[in-house]
Amino acid sequence: MRTSYTQVFGFTALIVAIQILTMVTNSSYHLTQLTMTAYYSLLIIGLCMLIGYAGQISLGHAGFFCIGGYVTAFFTTHDLSSHKANPVIALLAKAGILIVRPDLYGGDLLTVHPWAACVVAMLTALGVAWFVGGPVLKLKGHYLAMATLGFGTIVYRIVLGTTFLGAADGISDVPPFRVLPGIEISGNASVRVINYYFAWGLVTAGVLLLLNLIHSRAGRALAAIHGAEDAADAMGIPTARYKLNTFVLSAVFAALAGVLLTHYNGGIGPSEASVMKSVRYVAIVAIGGMANLWGSLFMSLILNYLSLRGYFGTYDDAVFGCILILIMLFAPEGLIRRSILRDLRRLVSGGGVEETGS
Amino acid sequence: MKIVKIITYAVLFIALMGQPAFAKDAVKIGAILAVTGPASFLGAPEARTLEMLVENMNAKGGISGHKIELIIKDSGSSPEKAVSFAKQLIEEEKVFAILGPSTSGETMAIKNIAEEGKTILLSMAAAEVIVNPVAPHVFKVAPRDSFAVDLIFEQMKMMNISRIGVLSSNTGFGKAGKEQIEKLAPGHGIQIVVSEVYDKAATDLTAEVTKLKAANVQAVLNWSIEPAQAIVLKNVRQIGLTVPVFQSHGFANIQYAKAAGTAAEGVIFPASRIIVADALPAKHPQKSVIQAYKKAYESRYKEEVSTFGGHAYDALMILAKAIGEKGLTRDNVRTAIENMKGFIGTAGIFNFSPTDHNGLDSGAFEMLTVRKGKFAPLKK
Amino acid sequence: MNIDLFFQYIVAGITYGTIYAIVAIGFNIIYNSTGIINFAQGEFVMLGGMTAVTFHTFLPLPVAITAAVFVTTIVGALIEVLFIRWLYKPSVLRMIIITIGISILIRETALHIWGEGVRALPYFSGTSVSALNIGGVFVSPQVLWVVSIGAIVVAFLNVFFNYTMLGRQMRACSANRDAARLCGINAKNVVTFSFMLSAAIGALGGSIVSPITYVQYDSGTPLAIKGFTVAILGGLGNSTAAVAAGMILGVLESFTIAVLPAAYKDVIAIVILLGILFIRPSGIFGSTEAARLKEF
Repeated sequence: MRTSYTQVFGFTALIVAIQILTMVTNSSYHLTQLTMTAYYSLLIIGLCMLIGYAGQISLGHAGFFCIGGYVTAFFTTHDLSSHKANPVIALLAKAGILIVRPDLYGGDLLTVHPWAACVVAMLTALGVAWFVGGPVLKLKGHYLAMATLGFGTIVYRIVLGTTFLGAADGISDVPPFRVLPGIEISGNASVRVINYYFAWGLVTAGVLLLLNLIHSRAGRALAAIHGAEDAADAMGIPTARYKLNTFVLSAVFAALAGVLLTHYNGGIGPSEASVMKSVRYVAIVAIGGMANLWGSLFMSLILNYLSLRGYFGTYDDAVFGCILILIMLFAPEGLIRRSILRDLRRLVSGGGVEETGS
Repeated sequence: MKIVKIITYAVLFIALMGQPAFAKDAVKIGAILAVTGPASFLGAPEARTLEMLVENMNAKGGISGHKIELIIKDSGSSPEKAVSFAKQLIEEEKVFAILGPSTSGETMAIKNIAEEGKTILLSMAAAEVIVNPVAPHVFKVAPRDSFAVDLIFEQMKMMNISRIGVLSSNTGFGKAGKEQIEKLAPGHGIQIVVSEVYDKAATDLTAEVTKLKAANVQAVLNWSIEPAQAIVLKNVRQIGLTVPVFQSHGFANIQYAKAAGTAAEGVIFPASRIIVADALPAKHPQKSVIQAYKKAYESRYKEEVSTFGGHAYDALMILAKAIGEKGLTRDNVRTAIENMKGFIGTAGIFNFSPTDHNGLDSGAFEMLTVRKGKFAPLKK
Repeated sequence: MNIDLFFQYIVAGITYGTIYAIVAIGFNIIYNSTGIINFAQGEFVMLGGMTAVTFHTFLPLPVAITAAVFVTTIVGALIEVLFIRWLYKPSVLRMIIITIGISILIRETALHIWGEGVRALPYFSGTSVSALNIGGVFVSPQVLWVVSIGAIVVAFLNVFFNYTMLGRQMRACSANRDAARLCGINAKNVVTFSFMLSAAIGALGGSIVSPITYVQYDSGTPLAIKGFTVAILGGLGNSTAAVAAGMILGVLESFTIAVLPAAYKDVIAIVILLGILFIRPSGIFGSTEAARLKEF
């Protein structure tokens, strides 16, 4: 555990260093893409837990991201003013769950408070994950991959085909989210630094949570399940329950990322649920080295940041595919790991790269 | 005497050439376009047009001596990328103006960002909500769907058609078109008997058109911008449905007519005049502008012009004209665009005003048809 | 719904069913020899169509198609040699991700070679509007081409796997790889060959279907998903069942238009896929024991 704490401390120092660097070089605008990257990374570390440690692939996690994002977007933009007379609505408004806020063009909107919307979004994602996870996690290998792909596609089709969710245009004009007095999640340039630290603080908290999990009894159980599920079952580990809980946990991480990023961007569109996005998340976890939390985090930081800045232009997906293949062929454990020097030596001397565990 | 004149001119010419040009600041113009991805039919011609125009303009010294630095970002029609690029262009590159995005969803995602960043946005997307309600810095150069729909319905009335079947795709373009169709149909006395929304990547629509045939419609109206447009045509004719087929202005790209082959004969659709440039009367105000652009684009890229590339032309040229008049002060340029009248573009003649940030009216469209595989004006 | 409409839907369903079946057969061939699900299968179909159109600009149609099939076969072989051969006992997860990466790479390369436009071969007989009126139902001649060439492919594969040496070697490898090697069969070459065969079939499918559906740089991925659904529906590894399953899925999709908005057509395929996976993962025609034996 002590080594984990030094890692976390080192990571936090890196985050602070980056921000100070941008401040000193007067290039604070970089923080925008870095904050967006943080939220995607939140999803990715949850996914890494599921794929790397529990060994269950999910090609549909963009679906959970979207559930979080769309639920909050819908509730915080849908105007309930026409229902003011309804007693339930009036009650909710009095309780503060519904708030009145001015829209951009002078009128008044009666919408759900972002906090309430966030809670609803997380509960929805939790519910869906729990409901879907049960049958899906009974499958293995390719079948599991296709089932999760199917789930992601269903979410995509639903958000694309439903009018009140904006259909192809998505939902825009999502208001900022006042998490605590003084911390408002919004894309506004004036609150850039606070948003940056909030986002990465959340990611760090997530990493700490997951590291605790990995080094706990639950984590060892997951490792056993990943290594040899039947053996774990024989040992009396309730495999189905552990797998489901990990699945739900990763879904909650994804949904939270969706909620916060939607408020940050001020909107969401169906492209966030596409198959390519889910594949991209899995690929980043793979590039980081499947069971490598820090690896996934760093790879997410680098690749998402560059992609959001349009660094690769029209070659974005192509570069991605290339990196994916190269890592899978030559460095399946990821690039950031302790054994990297040893593996490099072995590679140069002619032996193949071994895959420890699976 | 003549020789003296020639020598004088020659000397003057050489003297002037030798003078160092007074270098002015370059003007940064950003563009967020869907060059790859599901809306690449829009973004790719737009990007090519901008690159070509900027190159030509810079060769001639730029806009009033200011060289243009064009920064194109490929959003792949993802709104989140559009948001990221918009912020990057505004806060980091500090561009003077942003051209694009190509789709309505992306435009709506960045409309507020552009407005808050006080950066002029010239969108090439079609949705009405882009300029309604009006945001001072946000403009649109693509004509309104409602005009196209009105023209189609008027044509239908002239052909005594009152029962139609509507097919639209599930993209932003299809959705916006469907809204306008449903809104305006009653006013023209048109009854929509069947209305189906298909997926943008659909590769066969036989089942959908069979439904239309079973409902005995008098005409088919299809609203989409993908290859599905050509597929609809083929399927309609293949199942023996002989009624007239109307398309949206998204059909205004000859590759769709070619793809549909014989099935495209007789299709009726509204479009900007850019695609029938040769058939325009010589005195038509748009003819010279369109032909110049068409010649330059086709000789360079070896493909036919489309209305989408034309939107990029209009956006850049409107901006260039305003800068040429008022220099590089954002507020002045914004006001200049807002008050620009009579600007001849590829999509039509633009007349902006503080309440109308689109500037086009129904005169922007002409009803066209396909005759012997080529686009031709529809004879009334 | 009158009877003509009913049959029209069926014809539409059969057209699609054949396309899905061709992709599924490609999946099955590779799966049988290697246990790998090749997510790049759809890209073979796309490549076949795209290269055929390019070749057709200077070659007559049959030659263009043959050349396209040949080129795609080489690509299939290259993929196996460059990416798959290297791996030493890869895990399922790693294989899935590698083939996904390959699929992305092929798609982006196609984008940068051919651009974003759609392409199609001309109709093999007739034009885009010609249709044979068979008892009140309109069928495009191209559909008949697709179905007949599909049938020929299935027949050929049947003969190949049952009566030729190479075919039998492939079946041996799929049944028990180590035993096959003990018999002197070069398992590595069999794997390469299965990729080549899959690619060839996919490319042929892409070429003959392109007049109806057009090909574009990203037409591969949705086809792969549907093809995989069909493969599982019929039982992974069973190509004859894949044909039947393809028809079933195609027709079901076609009929959903009668009840649901057309935009939800694709959801049917997913719901069926999930249903099969939850209820009977070995497929309609598969049995759990046979699935383990992996016979063709």
